[in-house]
Amino acid sequence: MIALRKVVLAGAALFVALGLGACGERDQVTVYKQGKYQGKPDTKPWDNDPAAAIYTTSKWDKGSQTSWEAAVKTRSLTQNEYTRAE
Amino acid sequence: MARMKFLCDVERCIECNGCVTACKNENEVPWGVNRRRVVTINDGIVGAEKSISVACMHCSDAPCMAVCPVDCFYRTDEGVVLHDKDLCIGCGYCFYACPFGAPQFPQAGAFGLRGKMDKCTFCAGGPEKDLSKEEWQKYGSNRLAQGKLPACAEMCSTKALLGGDGDVIADIYRQRVFKRGKGSEVWGWGTAYGKPDQPRAPAAGAKS
Repeated sequence: MIALRKVVLAGAALFVALGLGACGERDQVTVYKQGKYQGKPDTKPWDNDPAAAIYTTSKWDKGSQTSWEAAVKTRSLTQNEYTRAE
Repeated sequence: MARMKFLCDVERCIECNGCVTACKNENEVPWGVNRRRVVTINDGIVGAEKSISVACMHCSDAPCMAVCPVDCFYRTDEGVVLHDKDLCIGCGYCFYACPFGAPQFPQAGAFGLRGKMDKCTFCAGGPEKDLSKEEWQKYGSNRLAQGKLPACAEMCSTKALLGGDGDVIADIYRQRVFKRGKGSEVWGWGTAYGKPDQPRAPAAGAKS
């Protein structure tokens, strides 16, 4: 009888713990701060692996902003047909 | 690097709308949303017709960022103005603030339904993992993460539309202007962005 009582009490305690555990309250509205970006952070383009890009001639060292900028600048300069024609 | 900018050379634009098509195709932009469009003035008047390709100009001091009530805009290190669609409430304030009409709102449903804002991303995606499915679905292509430039500029047949680092494309444009026998005084870019120009005499026999 006592053992059964213990089992019932343990079960009830477990039920209460699980039940109340689901009642956690979290913010359901975003608290905005004036003038500051509130969204998710973005990744940097130079952090990508250049090998992952298909059909591109640009190569840079992964994680290196300088080499990515150099690659993009090289690509930008191909828009100048004067340098291509002369 | 300075800042990523677009520059459209109205002397070269032939109103082919290739940039618009390239943007639509690259980003699979839905009907009713035009991230880029070609504006023509003096349409049909011989000698006076001019066309210019317009999209988000990725302003250095963007009015859309200033008016957004939920602050969903941000500027990347490369000077590209992007926004988080998870935060956007589609209020339309940015549309009223933008001098170029860049922000677009999908209207797929009845009764004037207005969705979250969509605009040119300079082919730089958005605040999701680069080159991920989520980024593609929300923001379209991320060509900068692949070391490429925006599709509209790269495919422009007459190279009227230039895209890239402001200093680089300003130099390209400046060289063109000199080739035409004019100085940078014909347009305000040199004053606004470029280096101080050395006065040069027009080339002999140059045409306007």
